[in-house]
Amino acid sequence: MPKDSSRREFIKRSTKGAAVGGAVAATAPVAAAEGSPKLLKTAHTNQSTSICPYCAVGCSVVVHTLGDKSRNVKPAIVHIEGDPESPINRGTLCPKGASLEEFVQSDRRLTTVQYRAPGSRTWTRISWAEAVTKMARRIKDARDHGFETTDAQGRTVNRLDNIAMIGGCTDTNEINYLLSKFRFGLGLLSYENQSRL
Amino acid sequence: MIVAKLIDTTLCIGCKACEVACQEWNDQEYTLGTFGGTYQTMPDLEHNFWNLIKFNEMERDGGTSWLMSKYQCMHCADAGCLAACPAPGAIVARANGTIDFVHENCIGCGYCITGCPFDVPRLSPASKKVYKCSLCSDRTAVGLEPACIKTCPTNCLTFGARDELVRIAEARSEELKADGFADAGVYNPQGVGGTNVLYVLKHASEPEAYGLPKDPQIPWTVSLWKGPMKWLGTLAFWGTILGAFFHFVIYGPQDPAKHGHPEKEDAPSDPS
Amino acid sequence: MTNGWTDVSNADVVLVMGGNPAENHPVGFRFVMEAKRLRKAKIVCVDPRFTRTAAVSDLYVPIRSGTDIAFLGGLIHYALSENKYQRKYVEQHTNASFLIAEGFDFSEGHFSGWKDGKYDKSTWQYELDAQGYAKVDPALEHPRCVFQLMKKHYSRYTPDVVANICGCTAEEFLKAAAMITIAAAEDKSGTVLYALGWTHHSFAVQLIHAAAMVQLLMGNIGMPGGGVNAQRGHANIQGSTDMGAWNMLPGYLKIPRANQTSLGEYLKANTPKPLRPNSLNYWGNTPKFMTSLLKAYYGPKATAANGYGYDWLPKVAEGADHSWGTFFDEMNAGKMEGLISFGMNPVANGPNTPKMIRALSKLKWLIVAENFETETAAFWRAQELAGKEYPQSVKAEEIATEVFLLPAACFAEKDGAFVNSSRWLQWKEAAVDPPGEARRDQEIIADLFLAVRALYEKEGGKAPEPVLNMQWNYAKPHAPTLREVAREVNGVDLETGKQLNGFGELKDDGSTSCGNWIYSGSWPEAGNQMARRGQVDPTGLGLYPEWAWSWPANRRILYNRASTDDQGKPWDQTRAPLRWNGKRWSGDTPDYKADASPESMASFIMLPEGVARLFAPDLVEGPFPEHYEPAESPVDNALHPNANANPMLKTYKSDMDAFGTAKDFPFVAITYRLTEHFHYWTKHTSSSSELQSNFFVEVPEELATEKGIVSGTKVRVSSARGDLEGPALVTKRLRTLKVSGRKVYQIGLPIHWGFVGKVHGPLINKLTPSAYDPNCGTPEYKGFLVNLEKLG
Repeated sequence: MPKDSSRREFIKRSTKGAAVGGAVAATAPVAAAEGSPKLLKTAHTNQSTSICPYCAVGCSVVVHTLGDKSRNVKPAIVHIEGDPESPINRGTLCPKGASLEEFVQSDRRLTTVQYRAPGSRTWTRISWAEAVTKMARRIKDARDHGFETTDAQGRTVNRLDNIAMIGGCTDTNEINYLLSKFRFGLGLLSYENQSRL
Repeated sequence: MIVAKLIDTTLCIGCKACEVACQEWNDQEYTLGTFGGTYQTMPDLEHNFWNLIKFNEMERDGGTSWLMSKYQCMHCADAGCLAACPAPGAIVARANGTIDFVHENCIGCGYCITGCPFDVPRLSPASKKVYKCSLCSDRTAVGLEPACIKTCPTNCLTFGARDELVRIAEARSEELKADGFADAGVYNPQGVGGTNVLYVLKHASEPEAYGLPKDPQIPWTVSLWKGPMKWLGTLAFWGTILGAFFHFVIYGPQDPAKHGHPEKEDAPSDPS
Repeated sequence: MTNGWTDVSNADVVLVMGGNPAENHPVGFRFVMEAKRLRKAKIVCVDPRFTRTAAVSDLYVPIRSGTDIAFLGGLIHYALSENKYQRKYVEQHTNASFLIAEGFDFSEGHFSGWKDGKYDKSTWQYELDAQGYAKVDPALEHPRCVFQLMKKHYSRYTPDVVANICGCTAEEFLKAAAMITIAAAEDKSGTVLYALGWTHHSFAVQLIHAAAMVQLLMGNIGMPGGGVNAQRGHANIQGSTDMGAWNMLPGYLKIPRANQTSLGEYLKANTPKPLRPNSLNYWGNTPKFMTSLLKAYYGPKATAANGYGYDWLPKVAEGADHSWGTFFDEMNAGKMEGLISFGMNPVANGPNTPKMIRALSKLKWLIVAENFETETAAFWRAQELAGKEYPQSVKAEEIATEVFLLPAACFAEKDGAFVNSSRWLQWKEAAVDPPGEARRDQEIIADLFLAVRALYEKEGGKAPEPVLNMQWNYAKPHAPTLREVAREVNGVDLETGKQLNGFGELKDDGSTSCGNWIYSGSWPEAGNQMARRGQVDPTGLGLYPEWAWSWPANRRILYNRASTDDQGKPWDQTRAPLRWNGKRWSGDTPDYKADASPESMASFIMLPEGVARLFAPDLVEGPFPEHYEPAESPVDNALHPNANANPMLKTYKSDMDAFGTAKDFPFVAITYRLTEHFHYWTKHTSSSSELQSNFFVEVPEELATEKGIVSGTKVRVSSARGDLEGPALVTKRLRTLKVSGRKVYQIGLPIHWGFVGKVHGPLINKLTPSAYDPNCGTPEYKGFLVNLEKLG
């Protein structure tokens, strides 16, 4: 199949260029000549490969983090870019993918467990331990209350229909599989993963 | 080697990935877009927004047409901004043809804004310095393509040696002609000595439809300034004697067409 | 997708319909542009709106939202009447030759068997011989063969009828038909790219069936550059579907029904028999898939004596339905106690937002695991945050629902595999730890499950066995690694302890376990195939067999056996994904037995027929797709006014499920995404907020002139469910359509805003109806009725 080989070659060269460039930048004198271009911000990063979490084109991305695996260092993401090796996106990304770094590090990310009591007007912060204890109690009580072991005709049905579970399409296969074990462990019938929405 | 950027407008889908990639790579602060009755929410370039996709919706050839094109510094061979700049070392023409602004040397006089026939440089009200696309000089210095080109999903943008890109652009426009687009051609205006940003246009005889000036020239005021009257300019730069006259040199003449909104036929009110 | 993104560049013609890839899948669209540039492929865009895809297409045809089956039916009629179909392919690879039982008929908008609002499908079946095989007429001439019935059914869909229903002109339709049927030639391929523009209708499944029929007539299924390709809207919507739905277990195994009281009965009911002597009928292996799944679920507790734990699975009552519309309706009626949501936002993305909000307020408790506070987590704040927009919502003080909002890790903070639209399982690495107290979802699920299990162990309770017997044998039970889980999903030989190489090794005697048979082979002994980064492309078709891993069996083009004729000769020698050398097939993983000769068996091994279905007897509203109007429509059905909407349309009867008519709501509304945003997520990021900060209403120029509206004028859009306000964006891109002799205007509503986020705006689903597809339960988000008023 004819492909855009010139572009791909160029990207390949660019990737190599990045490695070489990084090395050059890393060994260059600290005080660069006046008026030189600024230092490449990805010159000293660790790189992990990932997949864009938005649509299902499945673009590969490279996540550049600063702060290596040393102790007492919290890595920070400095840049997320398209992975040139992916035959799908060949290093490119759409406007959402091109700003993934901002999504991961958004100031709106949730960082604590929030609880809203019945009738309350506000969120309250609670611990994970308290939340898990409370949630498990709610689930067990509802299951004990709603579980049907046999139907009207006396057939074993082992089903639960007063708890619903939704989600999954934003997460990995493995999470979806664990959710299926959770769901069938409870016997839950009402389930939607957003494949229809 | 002179490098260049090729924009094949026939492959642009107006996704704005280049806008975001430019801002992300250059650590630009995002600002809320405005609603102007079009999908183009950023009305124009800004000191912190160097790459804009213009959307032009029109009726042509008996049907609807929605032309999208990228707008940024053209990295002219004969750069009006550089010609106009009085501050030593503030605007640099790099060996690869990139026109780069070195901000520690910029004095914020704004002469480059007047000098640019494409209306690209923008003054930051906060830092009082002027900004524009650097062709990601930090990336090109180590052999990487600019961020906009890296991200472009449809191969609308290509980066490489200028001579080769000129050949590719011409071949592409021949291909388009063979496909029935008789008016296809390359935009590489000679009034500024050619540009290091090249366009392939389906309707090459009307670059205005893409928001590009038909025959850009360095303003006469700038030619004068850097020519026989250079001594006067230097004087004006340090002093205030001819301030009133140079107000015109600096800020005018204005071309209203360049500042209007691209789909302004129904001037919108503020939606909020 | 039957094919994949990279394969789109092999197409000679690309029909983009029911999707807008330039805007919603821009990176996937690169392959469309590649086909256009390098193969001179023609792009035909059929869409209610002139989109960014239309802007770069060779031909744009506007249609009224929800009339796609009429358009595709017109294509079928055109292909058959103009002899522009691939005859040999149709003869060899489809059920065109199968005879249908006596009595099958279609009249007045209903297929035979319609009585008292229900279908008796007994006449929709194949005529069988004494051995139980379908009778065929290879000459396709028998009046009851599928080919002749199809020809008759679509004879009504003439270009004028299509134009009259869809609102385009007959000339535009004919131009499109001529371009699309280029692919009827043996050496030409055409692809179909669709997305939610097809699935968001109350006849969605039939619509995709119609597309498959067109592609079969063109000989495009199994061909490089061909196929029916769903672009899919979420990173792992494909994978989560592969892992089950309300009516599915992992791997598309049907959920047990109450009358299937033992594993034996379940397998009897769900294992198909071959319908032709030469049909391989791969689903005949269902007992191996199911037994291995039960072994993965229940481990050593699953024995031959207890039917491998089959009793512990829930059994759905015959005829019962637990899909989205139904359980939210039950929730709204106060019948649900709890809802657990992992990364889903029903207040924003469910139809009929006011009903969603009220349903949640009837719950005792709600658990939400998320990256951000969403409208769903904050539903009880609707009155406080946007009371004017949600007048039906009540004050927080009056809502008794207890809400747990759990901070969850995002994609870059976890490893694991996403399945893209091409069915490629691509493994990702964790780059950083989750922020603050946020945790990885596997830890949240494990903690919750183990805490519930501990309560059953301690206290006993109702039916503890399903909870206690579910196998959870991870090295750290409270923090399973996704590598362990992926290995379990792939499957293990329980006698040797070795990872399975593929589903061919599965057994039905309890000696293998496998969490999802279609993923078997993704993590064999050789290691994680999903993390592969190989660049080779031996076929030259862009299949990249060593990049990641594709289900099933690393096959990149489904039904690829149909890319050759019955003798094994490729239809197109320059684009052959498979070649037969007399002993084996080479190229892509064959969708066929690897060493079976071309004549030895039929080509569609997954179907009991052994060939593809033009006639599909298992769908609920008919074996052939028929044009029905959306639940709310501006006109009567031009084909049969007495059967206007889908006869099997699913609706609900709560006080919040109103429907409107064209008298009060004269305009057709369409909802859609914009390039600059992703669903309801990116209103939490600044970049997308910069690129599209404001909600707007797209209004056709002619309607705007009639109403004195200009871009920026504040307008109100209302439906029978509610109303919302925003500035108008007046555009030429929404053309006035002429339908059944009258003007029809369509109003465009982008979806991305809500009442939490960096930018705010109305939730579009305030307007959408609770009308659902009867086969799959998809809501009709597109093609409903609204009114438009000028405010400012």
